[in-house]
Amino acid sequence: MQYISNTEKDKQEMLSAIGVSSFESLIANIPKRLRDFELKIPVGISELELDRELDETGNRNKNFKYYIPYIGAGNYDHFIPAVVDRLALRGEFITSYTPYQGEASQGTLQSMYEYQSLVCELTAMDYSNASMYDGASSLAEAALLALRFGERKKILMPETVHPEYQAVVRTYLSYVGSEIVRIPMKNGALDMDHLKKSLDQNVAAVIVQHPNFFGILEETQEISDLAHRAGAMLIACVNPISLGILQAPGEYGADIAVGEGQPLGNSVSFGGPHFGFFTVKEALLRKIPGRIAGMTVDKVGRRSFVLTLQAREQHIRREKATSNICTNQALCALKGAIYLTLLGKIGIKKLALLNLSNAHRTYERLLKIKGVKPFSDRPFFNEFAVRIDKDRDALKVSLKQHRILGPLDLGKFYPTLDSSYLFAVTEKRTDQDLDQLIRAVDR
Amino acid sequence: MSKLIFEKHSLNNASWLPKLEELEAVILKRIPKKYLRKSEPAFPSLSELDVVRHFTNLSRKNFSIDTNFYPLGSCTMKYNPKSLDSIASSTSYTQIHPYQDEEDVQGALKILHEMQFFLSDITGMDEFTLQPAAGAHGEFCGLLIAGAYHRSKKQKKTKVLIPDSAHGTNPASAALCGYEVVQVLTNGRGHVDLKDLKSKLDDSVVCLMMTNPNTLGLFEEEILEIAQCVHGAGGLLYYDGANMNALVGICRPGDMGFDIVHLNLHKTFAVPHGSGGPGSGPVGVKKNLIQFLPAPRILKEKDRYFFEKSAPHSIGKLRSFYGNFGAIIRSYAYIKALGTEGLKGISENAILNANYLKMKLKDIFEVPYNDFCMHEFVLSASSQKKRGVKALDIAKRLLDHGVYAPTIYFPLIVEEAMMVEPTETESKETLDEFVNILRRIDEEIDKDPQKVLNAPHTTPVGRIDEVLAARQPNLRFKPPQG
Repeated sequence: MQYISNTEKDKQEMLSAIGVSSFESLIANIPKRLRDFELKIPVGISELELDRELDETGNRNKNFKYYIPYIGAGNYDHFIPAVVDRLALRGEFITSYTPYQGEASQGTLQSMYEYQSLVCELTAMDYSNASMYDGASSLAEAALLALRFGERKKILMPETVHPEYQAVVRTYLSYVGSEIVRIPMKNGALDMDHLKKSLDQNVAAVIVQHPNFFGILEETQEISDLAHRAGAMLIACVNPISLGILQAPGEYGADIAVGEGQPLGNSVSFGGPHFGFFTVKEALLRKIPGRIAGMTVDKVGRRSFVLTLQAREQHIRREKATSNICTNQALCALKGAIYLTLLGKIGIKKLALLNLSNAHRTYERLLKIKGVKPFSDRPFFNEFAVRIDKDRDALKVSLKQHRILGPLDLGKFYPTLDSSYLFAVTEKRTDQDLDQLIRAVDR
Repeated sequence: MSKLIFEKHSLNNASWLPKLEELEAVILKRIPKKYLRKSEPAFPSLSELDVVRHFTNLSRKNFSIDTNFYPLGSCTMKYNPKSLDSIASSTSYTQIHPYQDEEDVQGALKILHEMQFFLSDITGMDEFTLQPAAGAHGEFCGLLIAGAYHRSKKQKKTKVLIPDSAHGTNPASAALCGYEVVQVLTNGRGHVDLKDLKSKLDDSVVCLMMTNPNTLGLFEEEILEIAQCVHGAGGLLYYDGANMNALVGICRPGDMGFDIVHLNLHKTFAVPHGSGGPGSGPVGVKKNLIQFLPAPRILKEKDRYFFEKSAPHSIGKLRSFYGNFGAIIRSYAYIKALGTEGLKGISENAILNANYLKMKLKDIFEVPYNDFCMHEFVLSASSQKKRGVKALDIAKRLLDHGVYAPTIYFPLIVEEAMMVEPTETESKETLDEFVNILRRIDEEIDKDPQKVLNAPHTTPVGRIDEVLAARQPNLRFKPPQG
């Protein structure tokens, strides 16, 4: 397949106009020895054959039609209404680029402004940027921001933060002369006594994930108060769906609130692409990384939107920029904005209630099974852990036979928790799904 | 006035969600009151029709590849084949979870593994990671790998050399790793100044970050000597793959001596730009650096694909899960569809189109570097400036003609720069029309300058007050009080 538009005649005419007889003359300055290679990639195929091949390859994946997903751990199977993709995949959105020429990109810029507004309302924070790569890298950039804000060098990281997020923060902070102090967990949440002991004059920020990796609600107000009293910032990493009913980070005083936007209108897609949202309190506005759209007017006073505060960004400040980010995840954020608009005031609450209800009813039925015990007595949203005193391999076989995907074996990330399992339950799970799950576990 | 979603009101009771099976009060009893939201978010209330109309009409205000010629230099705005969107939307690929057992996602792992091979073959490198989400993310990854390499040899290196023509992400990425940025000058021919490079190379240099062709669209003819000098000083050579569209099938950065390479799948490999992402920025390395790649790598044994279990020297993770899978699968399909000849066709036609345009435009604009260009070239509007009109004004007037403007004021080393990259997918007819438009605009400068200076006139809004936007930032909708 080729997507060229030039005919052979066109090519000949162009070569003549340039004044050369062959294409090779145009690249005669490339050293000969660099031309001496053969690509091993196979010969091209038609769209018909491509479709067939990718279909066959796809059949080697057992997807959510084959398995009922009861797994989350950062990526969740939520329902995406048809409108989201129909709108976001319009050519005018998907094939346009960075809106540097604002007059020709008002669609992108206004939707960015609306996205920023929706995310601020959801998180109860003052300002949002136009998106980051994912929740993990957003959290890492939040930590960097806190470190750059003053002279303090420590970041407090609870064990209850998603282990992959912890790893990403570690990578980002490798060379900035900082220290990541681990706060162990107790009863499924971060250990408050340990937190109190670790808060000293050198702590730049405390990170809290809420709900945490185990789906459990942390004591966010108390953590916020403790952090601020010690002169540290609070960085909250939150689940956007939960904010339909759970206290928003702005309400408990978070200085920076980030999180994974995937649950908002983006399919699981084997881990990406998704988007990270990044919000701050007013005082930190000039330090925020990434693109931001602002509302202004044009020269005859018409409402207009434009990329603004660009002096923070790489194309202006270069090595002094607040981040190196250029291309972000704009289309994924657009899907998020459309999704949130379709939810509206009533829907955002209703969706959270559906998730909470489904998850708790699942939990209650699981606990009735012999060998299934609570992991913690703390409240949770739509994800929870339980201990299952059954042979791990037998349980796994049974789950597979009953076509259940998940739960996550916590031993994958926490070696001491290897008979505990993490279940996620969204609005998509039916009573029939639940019966199937119970049958699988109760063998 | 363009109304916001918050300024329109119609019925939305979210009936696309199923009914609650329990009463709200019963459900909420499961969480102690102190954890509940105190204030409701001021979300819009719009019916599905109004949502569809709102965003559809917003989209119609955009220029895009599907609607307009978009010669944005350095961005490679080529046609994004719809077959790729179709394949990536299949539920075989969208409804799989990253933590499923390896045996249940062999299709996904096969794509990732083969993609690693495809990209290695195209660039002449030994292995790739597909984790980074964009070019800048790839640069960060590559620099971390370079740092890990030097540390493994117990060498302390602090400086990154970057040409003065480089894209802003290069120095920003170096700063993110805590390195000091040292600029290397461009010589009169538009190439890296070898003498200046040699004078700045010492044993504290981590790497030279550069692109080839460079941001002026010129092939760095002395690349083999540059590689020798950098390696001789104990540094690594890093390739910014933003300009790979010029080289596919013609020559390979790996053969030039680059140790680390990043690619932009949303440029060369046809992933749609999405109005600002998602893209993907895979990073390729030579054999001796494989151990430092982000974890986990995807490996193959016999007919089975699996994740590497342990990588003690890896730089770690740069993001959750494995990469922008939905973007990667599009590029994978694109490479399969094109095959070897199709891939060569990319650069051949990209270079032909760019040289043709440059030839036709050089009697209207100044061309600072007259050698044959590769896939893009830089013009200077400096003589137009003397006649009272700048590159910015020309860019805005182009919008009135339905053409998205080339990149302006980059690279920084050219006065009134306009960087033009037609890409290989455009026809001669489109290019000829573009030349005619620029000729008409150039004539307008003398006949009717206000038309150009006050452009654009036909877009949804006229020239935007960016100064006001920065001075009085209005970055979100605030519901009226009371």
